[in-house]
Amino acid sequence: MTTAAPLHDGGAAARRHFRRRGGAGDQAFRLLTGAMALLILLVLGGAALSMALGGRLAFARFGAGFITSTDWDPVGRRFGALVPIYGTLVTTTIAILIAVPMSFGIAVFLTEVAPRWIRGAVGSAIELLAAIPSIIYGMWGLFVFVPFMSNHVEPWLNDKLGSLPIVGPLFTGPPIGIGMLTAGIILAIMVIPFISAVMRDVFMAVPDALRESAFALGATPWESIWRVSLPYTRTAVVGAIFLGLGRALGETMAVTFVLGNAHEFTKSLLMPGNSIAAVIANEFTEADSDIYRSSLIALGFLLFVVTFVVLLGARILLARIGRQEGARA
Amino acid sequence: MLKALIGAAAAAALAGAGVAAEITGAGSTFAYPVISQWSSDYSKITGDHVNYQSIGSGAGISQIKAGTVDFGATDKPLAPDELDKSGLAQFPVIIGGILPVVHINGVGAGRMRFTGPLLAAIYLGAITKWDDPAIVKINKGLKLPHATITVVHRSDGSGTTFNWSHYLGQVSPIWKSKVGEGTSIQWPTGVGGKGNEGVAAYVNQIPNSIGYVEYAYVIQNKMAWGYVFNSAGRFVGPSIPAFQAAAATADWAHAKDFDLVMTDAPGAGAYPITATTFVLMPKHPKDEARSATALKFFRWAFEKGQPDAARLDYVALPPPLVKRIESYWAAEIK
Repeated sequence: MTTAAPLHDGGAAARRHFRRRGGAGDQAFRLLTGAMALLILLVLGGAALSMALGGRLAFARFGAGFITSTDWDPVGRRFGALVPIYGTLVTTTIAILIAVPMSFGIAVFLTEVAPRWIRGAVGSAIELLAAIPSIIYGMWGLFVFVPFMSNHVEPWLNDKLGSLPIVGPLFTGPPIGIGMLTAGIILAIMVIPFISAVMRDVFMAVPDALRESAFALGATPWESIWRVSLPYTRTAVVGAIFLGLGRALGETMAVTFVLGNAHEFTKSLLMPGNSIAAVIANEFTEADSDIYRSSLIALGFLLFVVTFVVLLGARILLARIGRQEGARA
Repeated sequence: MLKALIGAAAAAALAGAGVAAEITGAGSTFAYPVISQWSSDYSKITGDHVNYQSIGSGAGISQIKAGTVDFGATDKPLAPDELDKSGLAQFPVIIGGILPVVHINGVGAGRMRFTGPLLAAIYLGAITKWDDPAIVKINKGLKLPHATITVVHRSDGSGTTFNWSHYLGQVSPIWKSKVGEGTSIQWPTGVGGKGNEGVAAYVNQIPNSIGYVEYAYVIQNKMAWGYVFNSAGRFVGPSIPAFQAAAATADWAHAKDFDLVMTDAPGAGAYPITATTFVLMPKHPKDEARSATALKFFRWAFEKGQPDAARLDYVALPPPLVKRIESYWAAEIK
């Protein structure tokens, strides 16, 4: 991919240009945009700090046990975050496992395969899907999708997969339709528009010269996508997945409708669970003791930490892939 | 007659002050529909506005303690010593009922019968099938399936949960020691729906489920409620007279500051799972005029608010209890 390198130097030349020409207007512009960027950092830091402060009572009382305990007993005032953390991670994982390949397929279809008129229609449909409020997904999930899962999908999963070794325990339990698998699928439907819209846009932006060169060298359309378009747009594609990931991790309303909001630790994906955002939304209004309120804020802080760790992990993974490719080249 | 009097008094007050009073209250979500309906009717008659925010009982208590509102409303009464410490007075304003509802094929409204210990065992996860002998014994003649019971509860903190768990604690020592009572509790089993509508939706969606829902929702959504065995030894169905019987026979005389949860009330016709919302007001208000306006509003609600309450499927307080409250006001709120 040596040809790609000179095409995007990250705007270094432009930055050098700015620094050299120190006119008053440029100076002001630099300050203004700098202040805006700084504001983001301040807001982020402020939010993290205030959640950490709000949750300090819970962290002080329960220590590390807050993260490892499955207790959530408002009467006995013992709180632990393991169940919601687990539920958040499991539903998000299911969502991303479904959404990334689907979005990739949609983007490839729209940029490489579809005739122009379908491209426009499907493209608009995806953008509309992204604009639907999450509570609508939740209600659709509960009234339409949950019965479908409980009548058709989950009995089948029980039957075919429930008795298998290793993966079996993931698919046991009564098929009530409400649970982590359903929540994960709803989340996938919700994040697909975000991921696929960005993927489509960046695939469109691949210079024709590159793709035509690939074709000229005898590449099939698939090879041109996998070997040329995808590596060229890798950073943007990963950015799109991050966007979806962030939405899935923090989604509240849709999840709380179909997840079952049960503070129980179960291996089965068909059983109800809980997520950090859902717990906070459900319980904050009636949190009637200081330690209860503090535990909920501490949960918010943990969501922050979980998101940060997941994104950091993804970035490290990306950098490693980048290095491997570099070594191969 | 009285309405005219109040109207005239309000008109006089209006003429004197030139502006209508506006007071604020906050708290219980359980009582929100009825308080906001009262407030809208009351402002049409008197011009006084009562601005009520349903921010939850817990938040209502902290707001009234902080003195940021004129009254707070809570589903869980405060103990007299806590009231004393914060200089608050407390009295009940409205009653509602909580009903067990089921979703079993072929079982309609008013067909199932439950006892308190049975409900507790189901919610503890000790009884897990609908054809368990303990259920069949009191439901002879009903065809109950050999199916797993899915327990549905509230996922949000709520006064409904407080009264439900308080009732289960009254009738089951195991529930009391293992789970306890509260607006949110650690549920031994089941799935959680957000709000009455969430529980109702889950029960409607999940076959062989059981849930607990406020009276109004059950009636409006035609859900399959069941009779509950009361402490006088009768199976009682939910009805406004049955809720009022519970309020009338509850032992208010010995409850200082009305610190009493009405579940499992002793009357022969009393429905056992009734809920009350309590209003909290300062005993020595900083602004006496606002406090007086609030009391006037509640007096109007007690005397003229029954139609509103009935339309929303709440139950107004029985007259003897209202008398008791009014003498409490005279004694406590200065």
